[in-house]
Amino acid sequence: MSNTSNTGEQGFQFSQLLYDTRYRSMTIQIVALILILLAFGWLINNTVVNLANLGKEIQFKFLGEPAGYDINQRLLEYNSQDSHLRAGFIGLLNTLLLAFLGCVTATVVGVFVGVLRLSNNWLVARVMTAYIEIFRNVPVLLWIIVIFSIMIEVMSPPSAFRNGEASMLLNESVAITNRGVYIPEALFTRSLGDISLFGESALRFDVSLDLMLLLAVLIGGIYASIRVKRRADKIQSETGERPTTWWQRLALIFGPFILVLMALGFYLGYPELKGFNFKGGTYMRNSLIALWLALSLYTAAFIAENVRAGIQAVSKGQSEAAFALGISPSRTMNLVVLPQALRIIIPPLISQYLNLTKNTSLAIAVGYMDMTGTLMGITLNQTGREMETLLMGMAVYLAISLIISGVMNWYNNSVKLVER
Amino acid sequence: MENLSFVRTELVPQKAPPASEVGMIGWMRTNLFSSIGNSILTILSLYCIYLVIAAILPWAISPTWGAASLTECRGVLHELGREGHFSGACWGVIRERWAQLLFGFYPSELYFRPVLAFIGLGVALAPVLFDGAPKKLLWFTAIFPFLCFWLIWGGSIWLPISIILGFVLAVVAYSFIAKATSTLIGVIAAILTPIIWWLFVASPFASTLASILPIGIQSVDSDIIGGFMLAVLIGLTGIILSLPIGIVLALGRQSDLPILKGVCVAFIEFIRGVPLITLLFVASTLLNYFMPPGTSFDLILRVMIMVTIFASAYMAEVIRGGLAALPKGQYEAADSLGLDFWQAQRLIIMPQALKISIPGIVSTFIGLFKDTTLVGIVGLYDPLLLSTNIRADQAWNGILWELYGFIAVIFFIFCFSMSRYSMYLERKLATGH
Repeated sequence: MSNTSNTGEQGFQFSQLLYDTRYRSMTIQIVALILILLAFGWLINNTVVNLANLGKEIQFKFLGEPAGYDINQRLLEYNSQDSHLRAGFIGLLNTLLLAFLGCVTATVVGVFVGVLRLSNNWLVARVMTAYIEIFRNVPVLLWIIVIFSIMIEVMSPPSAFRNGEASMLLNESVAITNRGVYIPEALFTRSLGDISLFGESALRFDVSLDLMLLLAVLIGGIYASIRVKRRADKIQSETGERPTTWWQRLALIFGPFILVLMALGFYLGYPELKGFNFKGGTYMRNSLIALWLALSLYTAAFIAENVRAGIQAVSKGQSEAAFALGISPSRTMNLVVLPQALRIIIPPLISQYLNLTKNTSLAIAVGYMDMTGTLMGITLNQTGREMETLLMGMAVYLAISLIISGVMNWYNNSVKLVER
Repeated sequence: MENLSFVRTELVPQKAPPASEVGMIGWMRTNLFSSIGNSILTILSLYCIYLVIAAILPWAISPTWGAASLTECRGVLHELGREGHFSGACWGVIRERWAQLLFGFYPSELYFRPVLAFIGLGVALAPVLFDGAPKKLLWFTAIFPFLCFWLIWGGSIWLPISIILGFVLAVVAYSFIAKATSTLIGVIAAILTPIIWWLFVASPFASTLASILPIGIQSVDSDIIGGFMLAVLIGLTGIILSLPIGIVLALGRQSDLPILKGVCVAFIEFIRGVPLITLLFVASTLLNYFMPPGTSFDLILRVMIMVTIFASAYMAEVIRGGLAALPKGQYEAADSLGLDFWQAQRLIIMPQALKISIPGIVSTFIGLFKDTTLVGIVGLYDPLLLSTNIRADQAWNGILWELYGFIAVIFFIFCFSMSRYSMYLERKLATGH
């Protein structure tokens, strides 16, 4: 404590602000803060002056005006008389739909390819390497456009189904045309109906009670099945004997689900060729299909590399130790290698999900109406309000990104290795 | 000792290993058909490879190199008895338009300038990338960015020279003022002098000299620059500028000064949280609002600014990973040697942190280069937008796969060689055991 300097006797000197480590960080920060505030002030001042010169002011009234354009692929009802806010909301849902579909498919394909890349089969490993390198080294926008072109150029038009040049797949239930893909839709004879949320506002949407009930039953079944597994684990650790539970678990998940489906009178509505086009079923536009395939195949190549790196990062001694204990190769993978690899894989996986979600904004290149296409595309062009629409759009993307990374970080923390 | 039995005095000659264990067959048995599952996988992969080759090869082998239009291609294929939509590729479009895909609408008599710039790029990169190159070339590397921009945009030579002079002034100011007063004041002077020079002196200086000594080459408008030249220009600018900015941001995020840290975190998270396309929209519609009234600058320049900002945020995260991976002992060792912050960063921390982050840095570069295709959405002529443009021509209306294939192959070559170089660099710098 004797060397803390003797400045107390001499009193405070101005140069201490720079040369005394006690004050220096404060000085630097305050100077930096002033500079940053000045820069911001300058930018905002410029913006205000520029907007005033153009006679524009920042206001969000345009959001309530009728949008006047149609959205071809949508999850909720919408017509061109609805407001710009409603159009943006429909676009946001389209973005989320695409991101969800893409993330699920990319994970499945990515894990599959990543594991196969480590296969001891020389040819399979080479094929998977080729897939990864080809998809990683070519821009995703090119993949989107190429798959979109394949959809348009290679698939048959609906008229070809009439004269038998093309036929529907999977027992007359799926039709792949150049306009998009028609798949059967779930219908209920004894439907519970919908609940309408948010009245007449722009964010109104209907929640199908059937869907909610089915989801609740499914989640309940999975929860019960996990309880059964826990009990089996407990019995195994107490007695060494593991009771056979797979049929109980399957029954718990699917039994109630199927019962509810029957109670609701579930049947499939098949797409049928009527006039010049297919009617009925669920219609997925070619742009949605192209984006879905391109984004998931592209992201899967990156995920595959993460999976491979994660598996390789688990030290070889771990699996050798498991073999020495007499554990079978598949259980070694499930119980020893994968739980450890997962910790390494999850953080890069999160950033791949984020990348995929952000890449959904490329939908504008093939005319899929996501949020970039509605709010930051047509609405921007029609109303001329660049500042407001872009700020709103960026804020929404930022919120989606922060939510995804927040959820995944929470999950990551819960599986993290607890160290001393 | 009498009952010693006979022991063989020479080795029995080794038998040849069984034919199923060596040679082609042995290799195939261990690597392709080691089990039933593996055999099924092998056969499935062979079938997939066959499908892909059977779809592409007959189409790609098509004697249409000389054709001048799609109809002519169809004619050539018709004479060979090949009919239908996918009967054969029409390579004539590549022969006729490859230069456009590379250079955009750049005047063809000036193609030598981007070519020169590209050769210069190779020379400038050599001392940075490879050990064997003479180190004196680094001087060329330092002036190359200005030379490159001058070669491509043309105009008076005095503008790039006056910009270089700003940097020279900074060095001069630093060395004189730091000697006369203190390092800190020297640094401040080195930052302020060039800014004052560029803002107030540089353009009158350049225009005066240009009127006295009009040395220059024909200037080229920005809106005709396109193709892979544009992609390389934007990508390269982003790559060169994002690395130093990323390092500064990463240090800011790691620092224990709360305000600086907060600003850096907010910046990085904001940029990483929004898609590049929204930033490009900002570049094309909003950036002019942020500037003083009356200024308007080139769309390519605005896009470059946004792409650089975007790449810097990603770079900062990659480098932060490298900094975090460095053992704490390294920082403590630097402190115990009595090095100050910047010395420690320059001599101990950064060389190691950057080495750890090489794979991440290079994949950020690759991502940035691939993302240059997005500039087509705001109306710059990137290769993809050019392919749409080529299709607008009556002669080539309907050509898709040849153009996409050409673009994909070139992107693949660029990106694949970048990733191979990063592997080489990792091996070269590896100091582990």
